[in-house]
Amino acid sequence: MDSYLELTATQARAALQNKEISATELTNAYLTAATATEALNNYVCMTAEKALEMAAASDKRIADGTAGPLEGLPVGVKDLFCTKGVATTACSAILKGFVPEYESSVTSQLWSDGAVMLGKLNCDEFAMGSANETSVFGAAVNPWSAQGGADLAAGGSSGGSASAVAAGSALLATGTDTGGSIRQPAAFCGVVGMKPTYGRCSRWGIVAFASSLDQAGPFTRDVADSALMFASMAGHDAKDSTSADASLPDLQAALHASVKGMKIGIPAEYVMDSMDEAITKLWQQGQDWLVEAGAELVPISLPHTRYALPAYYIIAPAEASSNLARYDGVRYGARIEAGHSLDDMYEATRAAGFGDEVQRRIMIGTYALSAGYYDAYYLKAQQVRRLIKDDFDKAFEGVDAILTPATPTAAFPLGVKQDDPITMYLNDVFTVPANLAGIPGISVPAGFSDCGLPLGLQVLSGAFREDTLYTVAACLEKQAGFSGQPPRHAAMMN
Amino acid sequence: MSNLVSGQTGDWEVVIGMEVHAQVTSQAKLFSGSSTTFGAGPNENVSLVDAAMPGMLPVINEACVRQAVKTGLGLKADINLYSVFDRKNYFYADLPQGYQISQFKHPIVGEGVLTIELADGSAHDIGIERIHLEQDAGKSLHDQHPSKSYIDLNRSGVALMEIVSRPDLRSAEQAGAYIKKLRSILRYLGTCDGNMEEGSLRADVNVSVRRPGDELGTRTETKNLNSVRFIMQAIDYEVERQIEVIEAGGTIDQETRLFDTSTGATRQMRSKEDAHDYRYFPDPDLLPLQLTAAFVDEIKAELPELPDDIKTRMVSEYGLSSYDASVLTEERETASFYEEASKGRDRKLVANWMTSELFGALNKAGKTLANSPVSPDALGALVDLISDGTISGRIAKDVFAEMFETGSPAADIIEEKGLKQVSDSRAIEGLIEQVMAENQDKVDEYRSGKDKLFGFFVGQTMKLSGGQANPAMVNQLLKEKLK
Repeated sequence: MDSYLELTATQARAALQNKEISATELTNAYLTAATATEALNNYVCMTAEKALEMAAASDKRIADGTAGPLEGLPVGVKDLFCTKGVATTACSAILKGFVPEYESSVTSQLWSDGAVMLGKLNCDEFAMGSANETSVFGAAVNPWSAQGGADLAAGGSSGGSASAVAAGSALLATGTDTGGSIRQPAAFCGVVGMKPTYGRCSRWGIVAFASSLDQAGPFTRDVADSALMFASMAGHDAKDSTSADASLPDLQAALHASVKGMKIGIPAEYVMDSMDEAITKLWQQGQDWLVEAGAELVPISLPHTRYALPAYYIIAPAEASSNLARYDGVRYGARIEAGHSLDDMYEATRAAGFGDEVQRRIMIGTYALSAGYYDAYYLKAQQVRRLIKDDFDKAFEGVDAILTPATPTAAFPLGVKQDDPITMYLNDVFTVPANLAGIPGISVPAGFSDCGLPLGLQVLSGAFREDTLYTVAACLEKQAGFSGQPPRHAAMMN
Repeated sequence: MSNLVSGQTGDWEVVIGMEVHAQVTSQAKLFSGSSTTFGAGPNENVSLVDAAMPGMLPVINEACVRQAVKTGLGLKADINLYSVFDRKNYFYADLPQGYQISQFKHPIVGEGVLTIELADGSAHDIGIERIHLEQDAGKSLHDQHPSKSYIDLNRSGVALMEIVSRPDLRSAEQAGAYIKKLRSILRYLGTCDGNMEEGSLRADVNVSVRRPGDELGTRTETKNLNSVRFIMQAIDYEVERQIEVIEAGGTIDQETRLFDTSTGATRQMRSKEDAHDYRYFPDPDLLPLQLTAAFVDEIKAELPELPDDIKTRMVSEYGLSSYDASVLTEERETASFYEEASKGRDRKLVANWMTSELFGALNKAGKTLANSPVSPDALGALVDLISDGTISGRIAKDVFAEMFETGSPAADIIEEKGLKQVSDSRAIEGLIEQVMAENQDKVDEYRSGKDKLFGFFVGQTMKLSGGQANPAMVNQLLKEKLK
């Protein structure tokens, strides 16, 4: 049964179609693997019964010849996506006991394409964090471990998604990316994580963190699987006013296209002093691979890059402070009865229901929007955002894609950065600009750190040009020949 | 200037601005598909969006946008092709999102004007500063349980237009005229039903006083007034209170006040220090609203004729007095009733009959035009019978009373009761001769110069005819006979 877990989604799909395996067998294999790797804490809720029902229905559709594009493929869902009849908490105490009556648009599309739901995956509380440590369920653990054996962060906020796909306890997983929450954990766990163009995937039914930045995307073992899953997640949705009514490019053709003749931008501003030596080397290696494949490197400048992180940490908390106002104990989720007034109840509920990081961001955001500070903070940050977008627009006039490291470091041990939010925020330095500009980005595992931990390269392309993104990503994947399996995963499977 | 108020220490000028919240007439709410029907059971008209469930997103209702544009056009206002929805953040139990979606810096409608007319016949142009679209909140019910409050979200998310006037109003009377005129225009446009008792139209009133010619004084805002009478009472109370405070050496605090309908007084609700910081910012769930000129033109083409235009037409084409024309155009229903009843007839005569007899009778019977026992056609037919001399105006009043009572047509009543006017000169001459014979002494007095007695002969002749003699002919024939 374990061999089923070695299949990529594309391979599993073929095996299912050829009736070499059944969806039920595949689902059972993943449910077993998920149970065996419970210590990684990447699932917050398993839906085994539902999974087996869906798998049985998939088997029937395969037999009937009415299989969908993701028929029978087991998927883990980040706990930020509302799932009908299945507890959805955003990994926060304040949503304890909340069971939605509705299904998010993105997951609805996955199920209607035949995917099988395994359960809900761990993440940072309301997607606020870079190590999955702010989750009320505790941190998800990276299946990779360094010499010495300390538990490593799976990254965040979609740490559970990255950990599950890397550990082989989910074939595919959904994530959301507001400032790097897909790409950073993907890089930490050695899997492929893609953040689509803002507006590609509907935000309807996804617990909001920062509405103008949030975007759902896929976690997969390889680039081809990413394109397959992304095609199912994307699409215009009238229920989301920011959803784009734009057709998808031909992704299958893009996977097989050559980078020959493509111009790849190398931004000067992404060279950082604090960057791991191994990452600098890998970045150079990535450039060499693309040149070998026939692409041309173009040095570019994205001059406002250094303002991206400060602007992000104004805009995202500002939106969050307003988005999270609805968690007030009145209609659903936790309520702490205290004092005699409505304000007393609000204060007690929100103080107990939100963790430190969420409270910190609500306070930062509230401050940034306050009378007298709005112009200096929020408005200024929006102006910076515009400049960053202009930087990219200008760059993409001369290049097809941009190559950068995905993260400044490899995965770090859990617990070490917890008390220093600023160091933690620096994790997002390479990923945040794409969210501010609304452009797509993908993290592809491409090498290892000195300690043998996976490292990722990030490819960025112009808005709605996921085809270019996948062409470059597929090239890097092929050249890197990354076939790393986390040693810990291997050990568990034996 | 008649608008000045005298205090102990001299005259004061009153300055009033109004913010009117008008519920948009629409099938569905501003950002959700929920119904807006009034009178549904608690929390029956609530969608996932209205209850602010996690992950729910607003989608603008185009019908509400049309209504706002239509209202702007009806108030001769600039339509902003680019407008932005902002979040107004505050916590309250009946505000599920924790913010109200409104328009702050870029409203959908800009400056316009509304002309009011007062009882003394004077007209005043009141500036409209802006109109923006926003969501209504739900309703908190504090009297259902000894220690808990109940929340009804039926109103949550219903579309409101906030119509903001310039501080151009100078008296409670003007404010009353403003809200009435505004309500009339909204009803003509069909963009708000104007029903103040049901809360479809509420006003916040900003009042300040100053010495004539001085800078504006500090204002207070009295919130949520839902009748014309309350608006005027609240203003009168505030004016008196503010003058008293200032004349006693005090100062007015900029504050929000509440009106107590039982006492007619206002009291402090929250001071400036307690004022919310709403932390307005553009709603990232909604793109800016971009309208095309063609969209606005299309709505412009659908605009009905508005009361001011109809009034002008009634005065210039029908020869009505300005006062009658105002009364007949106050409500769309009244104007169309009048147009229908007077079409092809003596317009002035129909106007007189409507404003005096019909309105009087309706008022007395506690009825409205909508359930009037006398239809426009029936009233028109009655006026026709006066015009062609079939009955006299005096008989017509009796016939009208009968029509109002029974709903029968005028012709039937006249026929049945034999009320037809006598216009046969020989018959009238006979009556005159009889009167003269019975009053020979008066005839002599008249002929010797007592002209005033003419009216006596008219009265006696009419009386003898049972009111049915044609009064014009009686006059004419009497003059000849009495020579």
